[in-house]
Amino acid sequence: MTGSALSIVPSLVRRDRASLAATLIAPPVALAVAILLNLLLAMAIGRSPSAVLHAMLLEPFLSWASFSEVLLKTGPLLLIAQGLAIGFRARVFNIGAEGQFVLGAIFASAIPVWFPQATGGWIWPLMLLLGAIGGALWASITAFWRVRLNANEILVSLMLSLVAVQLLYFLLLGPWKDPNGFNFPQSVLFQVDAMVPTLIPGTRVNVSLLLAVAASLAAWVFMQKSFLGYTLQVGGMAPRAASYAGFNESRAIWLSLLIGGFAAGLAGAAEVAGPLGQLQRSIPTGYGYAAIIVAYLGGLHPLGIVLSSLVMAVIYIGGDNAMVSANLPIAVVRVFQGILLLSYLIAVAFVRYRLAWPTAARSPT
Amino acid sequence: MNAIEFILAGMLAAATPFLLAALGEMVVERAGVLNLGVEGLMALGAVIAFITVYHGGGHLLGFLAAGAAGTLLSLVFAFVALGFRANQVATGLAIGILGQGLSALFGKSYESLTVKGLPKLSVPGLSELPVIGGLFVQDVVVWLSLGATLAIWATFTFTRVGLVLRAVGENPKAAHAIGYPVIAVRVAAIAFGGMMAGFAGAYAAAVYTPLWADGMIAGRGWIAIALVVFGTWLTGRIFLGACLFGAVSLMSLAAQAGGLDLPSQLLSSLPYLVTIIVLGIISADRRLLKLNGVASLGEPFER
Repeated sequence: MTGSALSIVPSLVRRDRASLAATLIAPPVALAVAILLNLLLAMAIGRSPSAVLHAMLLEPFLSWASFSEVLLKTGPLLLIAQGLAIGFRARVFNIGAEGQFVLGAIFASAIPVWFPQATGGWIWPLMLLLGAIGGALWASITAFWRVRLNANEILVSLMLSLVAVQLLYFLLLGPWKDPNGFNFPQSVLFQVDAMVPTLIPGTRVNVSLLLAVAASLAAWVFMQKSFLGYTLQVGGMAPRAASYAGFNESRAIWLSLLIGGFAAGLAGAAEVAGPLGQLQRSIPTGYGYAAIIVAYLGGLHPLGIVLSSLVMAVIYIGGDNAMVSANLPIAVVRVFQGILLLSYLIAVAFVRYRLAWPTAARSPT
Repeated sequence: MNAIEFILAGMLAAATPFLLAALGEMVVERAGVLNLGVEGLMALGAVIAFITVYHGGGHLLGFLAAGAAGTLLSLVFAFVALGFRANQVATGLAIGILGQGLSALFGKSYESLTVKGLPKLSVPGLSELPVIGGLFVQDVVVWLSLGATLAIWATFTFTRVGLVLRAVGENPKAAHAIGYPVIAVRVAAIAFGGMMAGFAGAYAAAVYTPLWADGMIAGRGWIAIALVVFGTWLTGRIFLGACLFGAVSLMSLAAQAGGLDLPSQLLSSLPYLVTIIVLGIISADRRLLKLNGVASLGEPFER
């Protein structure tokens, strides 16, 4: 069967059991390959690779000010990715976290927009809760379409993200536009009590980072220790076996999407009630899509995702730095993200497969 | 010109990016592969065609370059998804992000620049007809796309190539057992899909709205993927679906011109909302999807 031209190409052979070593080594290898390709790309468009390397990977750690920005970006990525990973493990592909994030931001903004004079320590917690509910509600449309109408959740959740962005624009150009905002598409600035308290004084890092860490812990308990989490995973890995065991697929879809939407909505709420302080046109910045990469790069494991969200946050901050100091276009961050996920998908193949090199001794079949 | 004449005249041109990308994706899915990177493939094709035309290379070269770029990027998809049996959903998303990133990178210094579109060619006689006359005044790419639709339909209906493609998608193990090169057929289908997505992007950026803006594909690649489901993997129905979306995207323009007082954001969301609704209606008929669906879609082939 194998022609002579193909005989020099190694083939993938299934391992007897999944390789733990390959599981652990895949993300750093993928990262290294992606960085290398990124530097080649920088060279190709005439930038100094050492300056880019310095700006992207060192500068974020060189000052407390820029490392605190890394932590600030880690929060939303971590939250969203933890929620998405639960669904991905159950093979429910919610790729509409971006829209759920936007709806979270919108729901949370309702309080300061409608009650700009309200004061009290209850405001920001209520905003976060509302945001999470908003994200879950938006995701529940996808769940309904999938469970009741059998529609593909990938397409529906993505379309809803595009609609969410238009909804945001509608609010900012119409009913929620700041009347004293010189016609900018943004809401009023939120009152102090509508802001999530700062966690580390002197930085923009706020309490929502703690929430993201707590969510990671909860995700770990849920996925690794609880029976419900276990059935979700089995449903993803062996749907037929799971259905014999009385596992309900519809419930898995609802659960996955509601958890994913809740987490993304919470992240969106924390974004407006945190670093932004108002509802803005620039809210959909791609966290919802980047979090998909974060979830995969973390091996869909709650602990791995903690690390991968930090990595992704460094890439964001490093990309900003490289734009300023190495004159690298910001689009490079997206190119980098795509390459990173592709390299990871290649690297992770070696968890289940090993390469078999053709040997000259093998007799032709 | 009233609204109906306006929509009839512009429908085919508006439908062309959807049509080309969806037909390409249909071929890919018929071979059993799900490539979700269409949005990125179109974005890359769009920027390559725009740059080529902007620098005086002409539309023919622009389309060829865009088709080549789409093919190349889709081969990266094939390398990862088939070569390493990676999760096709994740691989497609990665290609989508990469394509959009490359598009933004290459297009950075062309933001808001314009190029010249293509002249319309009319069918003598037919274009004089009342009301539907506008249907027969189209640019050359629209005419070629109609030809391509017919050719793809004929390939699936009458030729051996179409049969092999479907066999590989329905039952790769059996196709392999009787001697068909499953992986090679799938790679070829993916490359064809990439080329078509590249053409679709080229039409969007260098003919339909010949103005460069980052993110100008605006979800059309995703709608094209949805169109394959709407059309239940059948060429004729995908063509009708593409026309529907062409008409929907013009309806928002017609509504604004007609003085209908709806928020522009609602009109911009219209194609997405229609996608969601139609997807729900078609998918609810499980028998229809089972009948025409592709059995091995998205599953890696292992000997």
